[in-house]
Amino acid sequence: MTEKVLTSGDISEIEKAYQHFPLRSAACIEGLKIIQKNHRWVSDDAVKELAELLEMSPAAIDSIATYYSLIFRKPVGRHVIMVCDSVSCWIMGYEGILNHLKNRLNIGYGETTQEDRFTLLSICCLGTCDHAPAIMINNDLHRDLTPDKLDAILETYK
Amino acid sequence: MYPINDNIEKPLTQHIKNDGSWLTLKEYESTGGYQALKKALQMKPAEIIQVVLDSGLKGRGGAGFPTGKKWSTIDISENASSIKYLVANADEMEPGSFKDRFLLEGNPHQLIEGIIIGAYAIQASFSYIFLRWAYHLAGKALTQSIQEAYDAGYLGKNIGGSGFNLDMSLHISVGRYMCGEETALLNALEGKRSNPRAKPPYPSNSGLFGKPTIVNNVETLSNVPHIIMKGANWFMNLSKTGEGGTKLYGASGKVKSPGLWELPLGISLRELLEDYAGGMADGYRFKGVLPGGGSTDFLVEEHLDVAMDYASVAKAGSRLGTGTIIVLDDKTCPVGMVHNLERFFAQESCGWCTPCREGLPWTAKILYALETGAGKTEDLNILEFHTHYMAPGNTFCALAPGAMEPLQSALKYFKADFEMHIHQHKCPWNS
Amino acid sequence: MMAKIFIDDKPYEVDGSKNLLETALSIGLNLPYFCWHPAMHSVGACRQCAIIKYKDDDDKKGKLVMACMEPVADNLHISIEAPEAHAFRAGNVEALMTNHPHDCPVCDEGGECHLQDMTVMTGHNERRYCYTKRTHNNQYLGPFVNHEMNRCIQCYRCVRFYKDYAGGKDLDVFAAHNDVYFGRQEEGVLESEFSGNLVEVCPTGVFTDKTLKKHYTRKWDLTNAPSVCHQCSLGCNIIASERYGTIRRVLSRFNGDVNGYFLCDRGRFGYEYINSKNRIITPARLVNGSFAAITAGDAVQEIKAIINTENNTIGIGSPKASMESNFLLRELVGPANFYAGVPAREGKLIRQVIAILDNGKVKTPSLSEAKTYDAVFILGEDLTNTAPMLALSLRQAAKNEPNEIARAVKIPDWNDAATREAVQGATGPFFIAAAHDTKLDDIATGIYHASPDQIAGFGNAVAGNINRQLNFVAADAEIEKLSDTISAALLAAKKPLIVAGTSLYNEAIVQAAANIAYALKDRGKDAGLIYILPEANSIGSALLADQYLEDAFAQASPKEAKSVIILENDLYQRMDKTATDTFLQYFTNVISLDYLENATTRNSTLLLPAGTFAEADGTIISNEGRAQRFYQVHVPKNDVRSSWKWLAELMAAYDSSPINLDAVIDRLTAAFPALQAIQYVAPSAGFREDTQKIPRSPQRYSGRTAINADMHVSEPRPPADPDSALSYTMEGYVGIPPPALTPFYWSPGWNSAQAINKYQIEVGGELHGGNPGKRLFEPDPNSKAAYFNSTPSACSPKEGQYMVLPLYHIFGSDELSAQSPAVAERVPQPYIALNDSDAGKAGIVEGAIIEILLSGNKKWLPVKLKMGLPQGTAGLPKGLQETAGIIYPFYTTIKIAGND
Ligand SMILES: Cc1cc2nc3c(=O)[nH]c(=O)nc-3n(C[C@H](O)[C@H](O)[C@H](O)COP(=O)(O)O)c2cc1C
Ligand code: SF4
Ligand code: FES
Repeated sequence: MTEKVLTSGDISEIEKAYQHFPLRSAACIEGLKIIQKNHRWVSDDAVKELAELLEMSPAAIDSIATYYSLIFRKPVGRHVIMVCDSVSCWIMGYEGILNHLKNRLNIGYGETTQEDRFTLLSICCLGTCDHAPAIMINNDLHRDLTPDKLDAILETYK
Repeated sequence: MYPINDNIEKPLTQHIKNDGSWLTLKEYESTGGYQALKKALQMKPAEIIQVVLDSGLKGRGGAGFPTGKKWSTIDISENASSIKYLVANADEMEPGSFKDRFLLEGNPHQLIEGIIIGAYAIQASFSYIFLRWAYHLAGKALTQSIQEAYDAGYLGKNIGGSGFNLDMSLHISVGRYMCGEETALLNALEGKRSNPRAKPPYPSNSGLFGKPTIVNNVETLSNVPHIIMKGANWFMNLSKTGEGGTKLYGASGKVKSPGLWELPLGISLRELLEDYAGGMADGYRFKGVLPGGGSTDFLVEEHLDVAMDYASVAKAGSRLGTGTIIVLDDKTCPVGMVHNLERFFAQESCGWCTPCREGLPWTAKILYALETGAGKTEDLNILEFHTHYMAPGNTFCALAPGAMEPLQSALKYFKADFEMHIHQHKCPWNS
Repeated sequence: MMAKIFIDDKPYEVDGSKNLLETALSIGLNLPYFCWHPAMHSVGACRQCAIIKYKDDDDKKGKLVMACMEPVADNLHISIEAPEAHAFRAGNVEALMTNHPHDCPVCDEGGECHLQDMTVMTGHNERRYCYTKRTHNNQYLGPFVNHEMNRCIQCYRCVRFYKDYAGGKDLDVFAAHNDVYFGRQEEGVLESEFSGNLVEVCPTGVFTDKTLKKHYTRKWDLTNAPSVCHQCSLGCNIIASERYGTIRRVLSRFNGDVNGYFLCDRGRFGYEYINSKNRIITPARLVNGSFAAITAGDAVQEIKAIINTENNTIGIGSPKASMESNFLLRELVGPANFYAGVPAREGKLIRQVIAILDNGKVKTPSLSEAKTYDAVFILGEDLTNTAPMLALSLRQAAKNEPNEIARAVKIPDWNDAATREAVQGATGPFFIAAAHDTKLDDIATGIYHASPDQIAGFGNAVAGNINRQLNFVAADAEIEKLSDTISAALLAAKKPLIVAGTSLYNEAIVQAAANIAYALKDRGKDAGLIYILPEANSIGSALLADQYLEDAFAQASPKEAKSVIILENDLYQRMDKTATDTFLQYFTNVISLDYLENATTRNSTLLLPAGTFAEADGTIISNEGRAQRFYQVHVPKNDVRSSWKWLAELMAAYDSSPINLDAVIDRLTAAFPALQAIQYVAPSAGFREDTQKIPRSPQRYSGRTAINADMHVSEPRPPADPDSALSYTMEGYVGIPPPALTPFYWSPGWNSAQAINKYQIEVGGELHGGNPGKRLFEPDPNSKAAYFNSTPSACSPKEGQYMVLPLYHIFGSDELSAQSPAVAERVPQPYIALNDSDAGKAGIVEGAIIEILLSGNKKWLPVKLKMGLPQGTAGLPKGLQETAGIIYPFYTTIKIAGND
């Protein structure tokens, strides 16, 4: 027997989630979120275990997991940097921020720095266009960015 | 930047603190919160719908459909489905839009009260708030506020002794612009891929989990308590035009003071740009504007005096959309801007219908080619064709037609700039 | 309700309940489409069927709409030909093609590709897209289906068929935007028994037939025949295709009354045994312990001499062989010496079913009509494995009652996605009483697992609830509750359907099913009753003989018997090995007509090479009592021919004139007037369309040019076909032949199988000229058929012993298809199934090897724990080499191997 990915904690959280829905399968997105919250990303094994829990097929789960852009089906670092690349940030020069990040961290989109510290991703309009350019690191929004400010911010994520 | 002190009545935002914290239940109640609910529960559902209809409230999610009219499509007779849903659309992912965030983070109870009243009007027994993942602060505010509302008896069984029951649940989405489209949102709520659904049947007939459902925007629903409290006439008179109410307007881009303001519906674009956004930033000149988010048509200099209401902006050839303007300046390449938008839309296509799934990436690739100097004259014909190919009705939902709006208007107003890219074999702004 | 609509200003009277795409296609107009499918209806995804719809007479501009999503309305004006509609459709194909690899020359779909047809139809012919295409990796999907994702045009038909229609779980759509991917979660064998339909459902070359790939031929170079699947009792219609002497593939042949558009994987991929190296291809005589080939003439002379010099030749028929072959054998040896080729228990059960079909008062619906019932109760059958396509039909039936939810909110039946969204996966009243879990459990609303006798008793309890005069009571309170639920649901339904069969060899189950159906009928219900039988011509062969293998074995004695002729039948599959050995040893001459080497042919003295369905003509009778004709695909270059042809040659009466199929059928119907309808199953050999025969190859056939050029530049004369109105060439009638004689589908502009639209009166409906086949039995409304007072027999678990039941496998339980290499990959290894609590008590775990006595021999088999198998029962996979000749059920003891 290989070791299970989902802990009993995950399972009880997921079980609680599907009480909110008339159908168990409706909790699929909740389930994926819970797994990602607790494990950073959703592995193939996690997909299978969630499928079993929700009485769905792994294919049905993965159909959803691969559809949504914020479910990570590949490992990510401890901190996920999401750079807004939508129109207002583009006008306000997000590319400067992005290039600065790439150079500093020495990674491109979809890549993770050594020791799993940062993963760099793009994200659609963060809804803070009056403070463009903006990025999100984990759950934190950083706005009105300049390359200098960015360096200080990165330092706070170890 | 918010708020500017003027003497305009601002029912939606006047109590919002500007310190990053939201109004707690106590604070909300002290501003008159939940009085409208008490009043509404004394009314008949049909009366509420009538007041909302009379108020002229139009959907603030972008399409501008009259809210009262939408609600009246729900069957609230005896033999109607016993399960109905009301869903607040807090997905706000339209590029350049940031208005719902402000309401969610500042005054969650106002939305919750609006939902409860709406749910009572359509006799729904369950409500959802569909929130985009990136709005973490709003998520916290809503989670706490829903709990407070339950504890205070505004949610749950027999609300205020009226016999009306309502549950509410917050659903946090995992990213996809498509989720904002109301039928796609229902699929997402059901735990499925957010492909849109065919209409008819409309959600009011067969919606979430197959039951009658109404989806409304956050700003739309936040208006409801005020309308119930102060009446349809009051609401109608808030605006400068025949469409009732105030509107959250915003501005981003190279303007002096980007920001968000609650203003009477129908102020002019010029007022918005010059009086509130402070005019163009130093060294930049105005070139054009998307009046209501990424999927609206450009307006240009000649339109600056257009009133920012649904009918007037439509008459000028665009849409009020979300009312958050994105300003294009003379130092920014219009082709590059449209490319950024089309790449976004192509990326966010759900992949269900052909024109959107295949047409948008093609559009984006052509624009990229133009930007990088590889454009050909023929490309403009193809772009032109795409604007017809992906016109409203031709695609399954409104995503691709929305995506064509900035493109078709850019081809109209900035054609010379496109041609320059082709003739110079490079982006003239990128030298 | 009819409606009048105007298409490009021409008026048409049309069915008011359809959408505009179906309507246009039914009228015969050409309108391209991808995502719409006649069996799966509309979702509006591909946007290919765009037309212009006008508000009223004055509206000249109109609005672009998708025909598949628009209902017909009276006085509606639409245009297919409007330039804007044309431009949109061409543009749409152009968009679809942006990521398509344009690899038609190396694509298996080329030449019968719906995408090619539609591309040409829209007029798109110039590629403007000049950027990189997205590419995907392909997956290994098992032995049946090949995957080439780059060709995908994202019509979503595959997942709609696989998941929504067929209930499959392991194929899905992944990712989003123009990256969407259709496949499995990870590489692996597609689990659905209906996966092969992807080949036909996919409009391009993403999913193609992997067995065809091994010996690929373009559609236009195939020689085809209308045929009938021989691999279970349902009689699905097929097209079998040949080139250069080998069978290349099987496709579904549309029959609106039987299989519609689809086939199961056994039927589609189980043909490969026909090309096997183990085929018997020449007559042979046993000389000194080994077979030596002899000429056909010598063989016939020799056998004739044997039959003539002695009068005691017996004949053993076969439920796999045609009516014609069984009948001629019966003629040859005389009715008294002719035995149905099945054990008595099975044969009597089949006769029981026939009696109910013939004298009963309840209709046996066709496979396709089964989809229209709104409550289903299955007794004792694992349908996915014993009658796969019925399982597929019933999956659709299970949607009928819940679909009322959608109808109540005015969603038209053709609006597929909206219907599913309204219904939310609910399934209708659907009950299964079976000996173990089945693959239909996911849609069942009530399940009862028990031994065969308990299933029968349970069925009678349901009947007793429906007709209180019947003296049946439920065995206990829990059962009573479930039987109450079932009887109430059946009574509440508009059309309740009862399904049972012979697979558990239990007469009481067969009778209980009839009791329920009769009781429903007596309560005024429009009930249906379907029985599943073991083999393709079980009914037909049982109609010709009422003596069985045991009778043959019993009458044979060393003193009397001289010769036996065995027709397409491996007796070792059916009877105990020792008994069969003894039986065969009594005969001086054992003459086998068969296709493949097997234990019986190895114990024969003379062999005649019999034609499989692909090399033979004939008639078989399906479980519905539908007589259907199959035709020879090609004339083999060896001595293989229809068994009835061999038998005719052996018969003195036919010495003077060679006889053809029509003559045999004449004789058959003269001897069995009740089977008169067989004559009208298909046009006779003399039939001509426009004075011409019907070509087996399409007009585009190009394969005859150079293949024999090393011998001669002119083509050899094509073989004549005295038995049918079909010719073996591309010459002949161009146009739509009678349905029973349709060897392929083609219509100008429609090279893909979707050309079928043109062969139907209304798309998805009946074929022009009527759906093929003749039903032999219809219920008699005045029938006085009595209820069965069946008392369950001895088939109950016995203390200290296991009752062993047969377990059916779609791949494995049919002896011929299992010898097809692709199917063989899916045949399970032998095992013994135990109930988990029995196993637990005995300390047996999954995979443990246990010892069991089979036909007196010890066998060692690994254990599988089978859900729901009742305590005290065990199961063995039926029809595997290792389990051949077992008569079920039987009792045995079991112990862990090595623990003596
Ligand atoms: C692609 C797409 C995205 C949308 N996103 C949003 C959104 O994020 N928030 C929103 O309120 N409406 C969005 N809409 C509009 C909704 O479909 C719907 O019209 C709205 O939620 C209805 O609410 P209202 O009547 O109160 O405006 C979107 C529409 C489309 C086509
Ligand atoms: S694989 Fe075939 S059936 Fe499936 S979406 Fe693609 S083209 Fe359609
Ligand atoms: S066939 Fe009509 S949209 Fe696909």
